[in-house]
Amino acid sequence: MTAADLVGSDADDEAYPHRPMQYRLSHLGALEAEGIHIIREAVAEAERPVLLFSGGKDSAVLLWLAMKAFSPAKIPFPVMHIDTGHNFDEVIEFRDRIVDALGVKLVVASVQEAIDSGRVSEVTGPRASRNRLQIEPLLKAIVDNKFGVVFGGARRDEEKARAKERVFSFRDEFGQWDPKNQRPELWSLYNGRYRAGEHIRVFPISNWTEMDIWQYIEQEQIELPSVYFSHKRTVFERDGMLMAESPHIERFDDEELFEAVVRFRTVGDMSCTGAFESTAGTVREIIEEVSASRITERGASRADDKTAEAAMEDRKRQGYF
Amino acid sequence: MSMELVRLATTGSVDDGKSTLIGRMLYDTKQIFEDQMEAVEEASERRGTDYVDLALLTDGLRAEREQGITIDVAYRYFATPKRKFVLADTPGHIQYTRNMVTGASTADIALVLVDARLGVLEQTRRHSFIASLLRVPHLVLCVNKMDLVDYSEERYNEIVAEFKDFATRLDIHDLRFVPISALVGDNVVDESDRMPWYTGPSVLHLLEDIYIASDRNMIDVRFPVQYVVRPHRMDHQDYRGYAGTVAGGVLKPGDDVVVLPSGFASTIKAIDTYDGPVAEAVPPMSVTIRLEDDLDISRGDMICRPHNRPEYGQDIDAMICWLSDTASLRPGGKYAIKHTTRWARALVTDLQYRMNITTLHREEGIDSLELNEIGRVRLRTTQPLFYDPYRQNRETGSFILVDEDTNATVGAGMITGPAQ
Repeated sequence: MTAADLVGSDADDEAYPHRPMQYRLSHLGALEAEGIHIIREAVAEAERPVLLFSGGKDSAVLLWLAMKAFSPAKIPFPVMHIDTGHNFDEVIEFRDRIVDALGVKLVVASVQEAIDSGRVSEVTGPRASRNRLQIEPLLKAIVDNKFGVVFGGARRDEEKARAKERVFSFRDEFGQWDPKNQRPELWSLYNGRYRAGEHIRVFPISNWTEMDIWQYIEQEQIELPSVYFSHKRTVFERDGMLMAESPHIERFDDEELFEAVVRFRTVGDMSCTGAFESTAGTVREIIEEVSASRITERGASRADDKTAEAAMEDRKRQGYF
Repeated sequence: MSMELVRLATTGSVDDGKSTLIGRMLYDTKQIFEDQMEAVEEASERRGTDYVDLALLTDGLRAEREQGITIDVAYRYFATPKRKFVLADTPGHIQYTRNMVTGASTADIALVLVDARLGVLEQTRRHSFIASLLRVPHLVLCVNKMDLVDYSEERYNEIVAEFKDFATRLDIHDLRFVPISALVGDNVVDESDRMPWYTGPSVLHLLEDIYIASDRNMIDVRFPVQYVVRPHRMDHQDYRGYAGTVAGGVLKPGDDVVVLPSGFASTIKAIDTYDGPVAEAVPPMSVTIRLEDDLDISRGDMICRPHNRPEYGQDIDAMICWLSDTASLRPGGKYAIKHTTRWARALVTDLQYRMNITTLHREEGIDSLELNEIGRVRLRTTQPLFYDPYRQNRETGSFILVDEDTNATVGAGMITGPAQ
């Protein structure tokens, strides 16, 4: 929170000349305050918190808020990366650098390890995605480390099932979400109680939109992986999206490689994250691009949500992010 | 980027056009994207509806789409150049009062819809009562489907008069009326020329202009301590800060304060944030306070001014909305209670009456409160609470009750004051 976040007093606000002096936060100031409140509340009440960090823009903002919440102390919990093994090199490099700079511990839960030890089966073929395979190593890491609170960077504006989820979202001993049996959430009174074996997912940026995220990244000058910005890349076209050439993605015979100037709007598993042509090379240019866009970020770049109307709800029920 | 964040709650029944109104506001402010619109069009077609059903935009759960009803609070987001809105869209069926209470608990503005042909219904009264009970500071009554009553000024005035008459029995601080047609778009985003007799703003313009900054309590300093920051770092060895969210009043360095329950007095040395110290802290800022004196302070304590303290005690009277569908509230019941940053246990010592939210009559002599019922109770808590009446401060006047066996949130409480 900076002094600049105060929109100003009414004394100098022409719209309300006769009102007593009052203070108002900007929308980013209000969202930041809410996010910090939620993070502190969860850490104060639950045992062994952890923050899911993918290296994406939402988790970068989440980590930024965690840093602010406990300043000048260090973030009092580790971060966890669910590693599909299909990563952008730039994202892994970014992850390691940020974690190092903040002095927090990194826990890596590996999908490859889960496959190698036979706990999950690899899906093969050109449309194979390891997205769903993340559920098992995620839940196993939560159990193995006895994490009680798992912070995630999900936003309600991303997807319809997410729009119905609580900020403090209860998970049973199977890690499952039951949308019909959610705890009512009133005022800023969060119920973080759980029993042994259960845990709470906490989503401090639930009320942020994609635009809020970008505006905040600009305001705070938060660093992001380079794949978010325009760059030259060898790609091929699939389902109206541009997929990066990668040893992790099999191509059909008719999917030809070509070079394009692209950027990614989300950063997930390479096999299900699409790029699109863009020349936006700065956060400001991205904000302008997002303002003009008429397609949601998931619609534009997530192959996994195109498969069914309730794809996200089904994954979430099983314990997904 | 000096937009202001405004929280809205909408309520209405299946047929009064609420989804159409929301859909239109989202669409006209360009918050509905092409892929979402296509998905809704496809889904409407599959279901055989002959119009595009915008409720499908917000009804995210499979069960909701299958049953064609809204089960849960859905949050939607839209923005104009002046304001960013968080909209809690709550279903209007009677069995879902708890969702309406949830949506209203944080709302700055409540939007209530009535069908101009039907006028003020039982449901309109219930929704308005809940908005008033939860002290949503502003209520906008949208008289919808004006196109179906030939844009009649007379009909509109009848409904306004009927509602005003009812509203005298409620505690609504600011009440507004707008005649609209959500389907056609009259007075939703742009002012309509089909009702020249109405000279007020459209719904969206009203939402942009209602003054909300003075709704929070800026007088009574209340700072519930949330977390104690002790860095244990070489460069901050002696740092001890009290992190929290300002629940009321304006705090400044140099202010004299007392810490409850100890009653120890001190002075604010600094108000810290990651971005550096600030000259003032106001609701709902999240800050870290340092005091001049080294006191024993922990989570759940309350910092306030020496001559303006909250109520303090273990016996309180409160209005409760019961949220559990598996257990009922009965005298003698014991629950965990969360109030500000403090947990305690609470015993229900008396159930005084149930509020009939349709007639606003108090029904006495009852022995339980069931799901979606609202009543007045007396509680005794294991530890004293530092509270204000809910009407003075929604943050320090509210609490939740939690079932100690299941950990489910079962009750939402609004403190009226010390037990009388």
